[in-house]
Amino acid sequence: MGASTTQVATSESTEKKPKKSRFSLHTRRDKVVLALLLGIPAAIHVFFVWVPALLSIVLSFARWDGIGGVEAIEWVGVTNYEQIATIYPPFWPAVTHNFIWLGFFIFIATPFGMFLAVQLDKELKGSRFYQNAFYVPVVLSLALVGFIWQLIYSPEEGLINNLLGRTDPENLIDWLGNPSINLYMILIAASWRHVGYIMILYLAGLKGVDPTLKEAAAIDGATERQTFFHVVFPVLKPINLVILVITIIESLRAFDIVYVTNKGTNGLELLSTAVTNNIIGEASRVGFGSALAVILLLLSLGIIIPYLWRTFRADEKAA
Amino acid sequence: MAKIETPSDSSGPSISRRNLIKGAAAGGSLLVVPSLLAACSDDGGDTTTTAAAGDTTTTAAGLPLAGTTVSVGSNASDELTKNAYGAMFDRFQEVSGAELDINTVDHNTFQEQINTYLQGQPDEVFTWFAGYRMQFFADKGLATPISDVWSAELDANFDPGFKQASTGLDGEQYFVPFVTYPWALFYRKSVWEEAGYTVPTTMDEWVAVCQAMEADGLVPIAFGDKDGWPAMGTFDYFNMRINGYQYHVDLMAHREKWDDPRTKEVFATWKDMLPYHQPGALGRTWQEAAQSTASGDAGMYLLGMFVGEQFQEFSQEARDDLDFFAFPEINPEFGQDSVDAPIDGFMLSKEAPNDIEGAKALAAFIGTGEAQNYYTAVNSNWLATAKDADTSGYTGLQNKALELIGSVDNIAQFLDRDTRPDFASTVVLPSIQNWLNDPEDIDGITASMEEQATAIFATEQ
Repeated sequence: MGASTTQVATSESTEKKPKKSRFSLHTRRDKVVLALLLGIPAAIHVFFVWVPALLSIVLSFARWDGIGGVEAIEWVGVTNYEQIATIYPPFWPAVTHNFIWLGFFIFIATPFGMFLAVQLDKELKGSRFYQNAFYVPVVLSLALVGFIWQLIYSPEEGLINNLLGRTDPENLIDWLGNPSINLYMILIAASWRHVGYIMILYLAGLKGVDPTLKEAAAIDGATERQTFFHVVFPVLKPINLVILVITIIESLRAFDIVYVTNKGTNGLELLSTAVTNNIIGEASRVGFGSALAVILLLLSLGIIIPYLWRTFRADEKAA
Repeated sequence: MAKIETPSDSSGPSISRRNLIKGAAAGGSLLVVPSLLAACSDDGGDTTTTAAAGDTTTTAAGLPLAGTTVSVGSNASDELTKNAYGAMFDRFQEVSGAELDINTVDHNTFQEQINTYLQGQPDEVFTWFAGYRMQFFADKGLATPISDVWSAELDANFDPGFKQASTGLDGEQYFVPFVTYPWALFYRKSVWEEAGYTVPTTMDEWVAVCQAMEADGLVPIAFGDKDGWPAMGTFDYFNMRINGYQYHVDLMAHREKWDDPRTKEVFATWKDMLPYHQPGALGRTWQEAAQSTASGDAGMYLLGMFVGEQFQEFSQEARDDLDFFAFPEINPEFGQDSVDAPIDGFMLSKEAPNDIEGAKALAAFIGTGEAQNYYTAVNSNWLATAKDADTSGYTGLQNKALELIGSVDNIAQFLDRDTRPDFASTVVLPSIQNWLNDPEDIDGITASMEEQATAIFATEQ
């Protein structure tokens, strides 16, 4: 309070340029308010996100069954990492599957969602209906999506095998049990939801594109395809960035749909399920699970940081 | 409160107490009632005052544990089981005068959170499983021993096998057996009678039945391992029939090796039988496999007796038609001398000493046939463990299961209850699934299991 009264007094005494002194500087009160408004959320964030993350890194060098206090923790150096890389069978499949997931989403599901958005942006007849139909799965949790698709894929009682008439032991297709195809079946189920999500985001972006740009392109004789790739797509750069980041995040945090299907075993290994399987429940290999979590963290940072860094640097240069 | 604790005459406190209880109930704070009641009887050293004081406490008067409140953590979350447990707990409150505070948690959640639960402020008595899983928490100091209850009350009422399954590594008892069920090969009597199959007791007879079923267009052995644990039962039985119960125990404790030729023999024998198993097991839940047996598409199914729930769901006719036989003999040295029969029961947590008399009284009560019959009456897929349990209401299947368990020398608890949980779920489960995808690779899978077992069991000093 003292500061603000001084400030008022100062501005009164220097009446010639009151505005400048008043608005160019933050008063101490402003600073306190700013510090509180940014500081409290930052402190909460650091405490609940970065402290546990750092503790996970510390625990990844330990062997601990989660029972007893700190004194029960045995420090084992990089043993956990060594074992993960050498004798833990689910690890390499899990890394591979995470990358397959990422590739499938980036090259198939997300472009398809964008394609649907572009089609719906044309104000076709009944586009509201299509829009809703594609969007409905997004409101379902991935765990629920997993349950729905299990009913479709089930070997004897499932929809697909019954439609194909392949429910006999000799010819049935084991969609979720055959490890060479089940990952892709799960990816289809996950995409069912992801496509709708991307579609609605992109559609929102498309609605914001200035129509005169498209008209100008049309007058210049551009085809629809050219208009999209050379005019609309570059204009939507911020949206494209958001969509790419969302796609990467969704791929790396893939968990629930696989966990409800078979807890991430038999062809559906993912880093996230490997972490969970080692840490929750009675099977508390806290150190081992933490080491897996650290690997997932590094992988995520390794993919997303260079991309954001490059993009933001390019933006700064342009500006 | 002060008024209640100092009863002055026969009418005064009784009125105020009633009003208070009424008020508490009306205020919606029903939770207050037990503590009020407890407060009422705390002053009950003077029995005449308590008796005169009013109807709410007369039943509790004179009972040994009036005023004690014991909290119970229960994983009995499905309606039927919850009600059966409820009836049993009510009966205990009636006979003992103690109050029970029951906290029921979803079955799987209870299991997943058991570590944090037991280290936090657990209920004094909690539902758990016999075998290694009990010993693990006992060893960590998270349970209270009840050896005195065993020597005073339970010893006489249980077969030695049950006592052994309740004993921790330090020789003290930590567990009260409640109910159990056997794993066996289940089938529909009418299907077998119609086709003229006879129950096999040896491997050769078993193969002959499987071949006959195949010729008749049946899937001989239903199989579903999507969840990973059902195949553990199959592994257990091949192992116990080929190498005996002691080898099973030693292998689970990693005193024997997973890449031992005897362990490989288990996989090799299983591999020979795989062609008779329902294909595509890794995409099928146990419920679906059970349904295919109930519908008569499959000839038999190796599972726990809880398979009856699925038969019941299929039709009453299928449920009445359900029968089983013990896993056939493979190695004559061991015959059919072991059975997988997991025991569910109760343990006392580290909080139990707060109300130790009440907790131990409850433990003793759970070990009576009277208590266990509350459960077996509503769920005919389980058996009481106490000797004095009333079996007159048992179905034919229950009697047969009782006979099976009584006739064998060794009772195993099932793979994931007989070994470290971090080994069973993170190593054995995915390894068996991987092997089912590539049954030829016995050497590869057993070598990998041994490597991981060595790493995990290394933590034990």
